[in-house]
Amino acid sequence: MERAAIIGIGQTKYEKEKDGIFAELVYEATSRALDDAGMKIKDIDNVVTISNDFWDGRTISCMAVADAAGCHGKDASTVECDGAFGAFYGLMRVLSGYNTTLVVAHSKVSEGNPRIISNAAFDPIYERSLGLDAISSSALQARAYMKRFGITEEQCALVSVKNHKNARNNPYTQLPLDITVEDVMKSPKLADPIKLLDTSPITDGACAVIFAVEGEAKKWAKKPIWVKGVAHCTDAYRLGERDLTYSTALESAARKAYQMAGIANPSHEIDIAEVYDAFSYMELMWYEALGFCGKGDGGKLIESGKTQMGGELPVNPSGGVLSAHSVLVAGLARIAEAALQLRGEAGKRQVPGAKVALAHGINGVCAQQHCVWILASEK
Amino acid sequence: MPEGKPEVLFEVIEKEGMLIQKGRIKVPYTWAAGKIASRFLIGLRDEKRIYGIRCPECKTVFVPPKKLCHQCLAQMSEWVELGDEGILETFTIVRYSEPAIHPVETPLAYGIIKLKGADTGMVHLIGEADLTQLKEGLRMKAVFREERKGNYLDIKYFKPV
Repeated sequence: MERAAIIGIGQTKYEKEKDGIFAELVYEATSRALDDAGMKIKDIDNVVTISNDFWDGRTISCMAVADAAGCHGKDASTVECDGAFGAFYGLMRVLSGYNTTLVVAHSKVSEGNPRIISNAAFDPIYERSLGLDAISSSALQARAYMKRFGITEEQCALVSVKNHKNARNNPYTQLPLDITVEDVMKSPKLADPIKLLDTSPITDGACAVIFAVEGEAKKWAKKPIWVKGVAHCTDAYRLGERDLTYSTALESAARKAYQMAGIANPSHEIDIAEVYDAFSYMELMWYEALGFCGKGDGGKLIESGKTQMGGELPVNPSGGVLSAHSVLVAGLARIAEAALQLRGEAGKRQVPGAKVALAHGINGVCAQQHCVWILASEK
Repeated sequence: MPEGKPEVLFEVIEKEGMLIQKGRIKVPYTWAAGKIASRFLIGLRDEKRIYGIRCPECKTVFVPPKKLCHQCLAQMSEWVELGDEGILETFTIVRYSEPAIHPVETPLAYGIIKLKGADTGMVHLIGEADLTQLKEGLRMKAVFREERKGNYLDIKYFKPV
């Protein structure tokens, strides 16, 4: 693969009920990414926006962010998926002849109703009428996973405790919390085994990342962060047709990304990971399919402390999606956070000496799709 | 509200000097069920029977049925009559209320039930059950509605046997 790099990063603060309109969030992230790279909008060859009409409450909503994303007079296209997948498309564009691509994702989850919107993801002829949504369907997955491997609710709670604690070091995130396993266990039950503190919050925000080909990457202000490997993989649509207890799609995406990056032993060769923990149990499941531990050992891994700050492989130093869940943005924010770590610009959440990072995004009900990125500070 | 007339809902609220406009997009659709789901739903409605469909290549029996096997991309046409009993594979009890989407009052329970003879799980409601006694491996039986309309809720729920 020809080399490509991340050369600009911009994020808004992630908050509930931000008072700006969604295009203003796009503008804020876009301008910050350009400033970060030392670029002007004329230096950007093409733009990839990430939007979803249901979250914006506007059809063809990609058109409504065109001005703010600097699309005027440029080749601009849209991905209606999590930002990690939008970034994949942005990378493809720089690898197919463009010098620079700006990728920007936004959402104002607080303006819509996540339960009604996620219910509409189900087949209207079959399961939609049951009233399933993101929380209740994930609860079916959580229970199936936990039952099969003997994972406890306390082990899931440890993810929430760790990530909210990490969030205290991240000025951009929404929910820094000093909580205990007991606090998580006592939080209101939403859909067994998922409790309030096992879930991610309602978050507004935007994130922008600029990609460049190798020849272009070194012209700009920041040290390029290199894309070493990236892959995604899709599972079956219906819940009843999947193995909900183990993500073969993530395993497959990770294997391909590791192979591209020349990674043989992920838990030793990766210094920091940012994964899509929409619910606490998910982080444990993703540990397993990413090969950070054996199948069914996610609970033991979190207990070992290896994935906390100061451990051998810190996961979600940013606080993760549990601390700020701007839908569509969250996967791109994982990439942005991973790249900040590799630049050594992650402030109080910095993992010292991080050279290789993993970022992960998901799409669909119970993570039907996974996208895995391997980034590195050295070519 | 007459069908087809656009709903105008432009309530404005003020919060710390900033205006917020309430609204909604409400669009009527007419979704085709397609040949396969129509056959399945008519089976529920007219026969109180549950039909699955078998992939000619990998032999997987899917219920609810669909046209294409996602594993082989083969078209399926071999119908398989399944019983109305199966095993509870996983479940959840939903405590929060969202009347816009929930078909019954909460707490409600969902389960994934693998019917005898099927290779895939069927997601549905659980009823006539002591929710504190639910566990994986329970035998479940479909309960049909009295008045059936040809939709997925013609199965009212699955109950423990």
